Amino acid sequence: MTDRIPVALVTGFLGSGKTTLISALLAHPAMGETAVLVNELGEVAIDHHLVRQVDERTVVLGSGCICCTLRGDLRDELRDLLGRRARGELEPFRRVVVETTGLADPAPVLSTLLTEPVLRHNYAVEAVVATVDAVAGAATLDRHPESVKQAAVADTLVLTKADAAAPAAVAALEARLRAVNPLAPIRRVAFGAIAPDDLLRARDHDLPATASAPQARASPHAHDVHAFSVVLDEPLDWDAFAVWLTMLLHSRGLDVLRVKGLLDVGEPGPVVLDGVQHVVHRPRHLAAWPDDDRRSRIVFITRGLEREAVLASLQAFARLGRVATAAATDVVDR
Amino acid sequence: MCPLCGALLTEHWADPEGAGARRGRVLRTRIVRRVLAGFGVTLSDWGGTAYVLHDGKGRAEVVHDLTTLWAEAERLAGRPLDPLDPALVEALRRST
Repeated sequence: MTDRIPVALVTGFLGSGKTTLISALLAHPAMGETAVLVNELGEVAIDHHLVRQVDERTVVLGSGCICCTLRGDLRDELRDLLGRRARGELEPFRRVVVETTGLADPAPVLSTLLTEPVLRHNYAVEAVVATVDAVAGAATLDRHPESVKQAAVADTLVLTKADAAAPAAVAALEARLRAVNPLAPIRRVAFGAIAPDDLLRARDHDLPATASAPQARASPHAHDVHAFSVVLDEPLDWDAFAVWLTMLLHSRGLDVLRVKGLLDVGEPGPVVLDGVQHVVHRPRHLAAWPDDDRRSRIVFITRGLEREAVLASLQAFARLGRVATAAATDVVDR
Repeated sequence: MCPLCGALLTEHWADPEGAGARRGRVLRTRIVRRVLAGFGVTLSDWGGTAYVLHDGKGRAEVVHDLTTLWAEAERLAGRPLDPLDPALVEALRRST
């Protein structure tokens, strides 16, 4: 699984600078062997050899669960890239960048990448980048819930046109974005001028530290989207946690925009948890903790969930795990 | 609720793996049983490859992962399964 092709997802509202950012990234030497899937061919780097257009075509499943919708267009294009590369019809590529439309919900794209059997074995989500217009961003967040969600699920937030906005307005917008998504670093970028590594290596660098994990806070302007963290002093039984989180996402998945954390499951290193709505990355076991604090800490970005209710529920399930484990002296692995 | 999360997945993010897989399945089965105790639904492990949900009316459903388990359990229970429900949390606190 280590040779999976990294995929970067660039999202952001209409006119927020996605195309400018991608065009500038493609001009960077480090991005030479990159395939790009865009919605509107012609605007971005038309001379790039590997730009492909995808029309957003979703396969709406009978469940009607929007975040688990399969993006059929993306599946077909990404599979086609693999096939053509294997047949030697394409020059080799080491990375894929996917640009969503401005109104797109990024969750179905992630769902497609993480759950479609062929794609999940050949591609790995590298980073979700969301562009936010420093001039129009505050009004966009007020009026368009899609833009709040784009910001909430991002690994990195790119603030564009900051040079054209009043400093006080930029600071206020950054504070608001931190309230919606305290996990994502905010990069001020003019005309797409940022090194690819600063954008696309975010996934492993934004693990929540206890000191920076947010407490419950109000975010009255962001369609009730707010972040909070829970910290657990005792090791967590992984099986109890898996039971709890799958049940929570079953029941409240549409309101859990993001869940990310480091879990102490009684091993030398933590388990890294990373999910967007119903879609959860395969948990990773790290060899060691990133700092001296070895307590489990989880950041939730939710629409309307109460921290105390989430913590009380998790603690009740964690207790069940301890009870079940203590009683499991009869269970041995073969 | 989410067929993609279940039906198309050959491996679920929460599937136990490695040396502790069998023990993990047994523990999960026991934990889920306690959670479902007040809903008239129970769970058994089916040969280490699937789970079977049963209700008091003799209905049974085979499920392969925890996500589809909750959807089917809710259908059999006939009412929502919400881990944040204060009554459920209180019942679990007292569970032995």
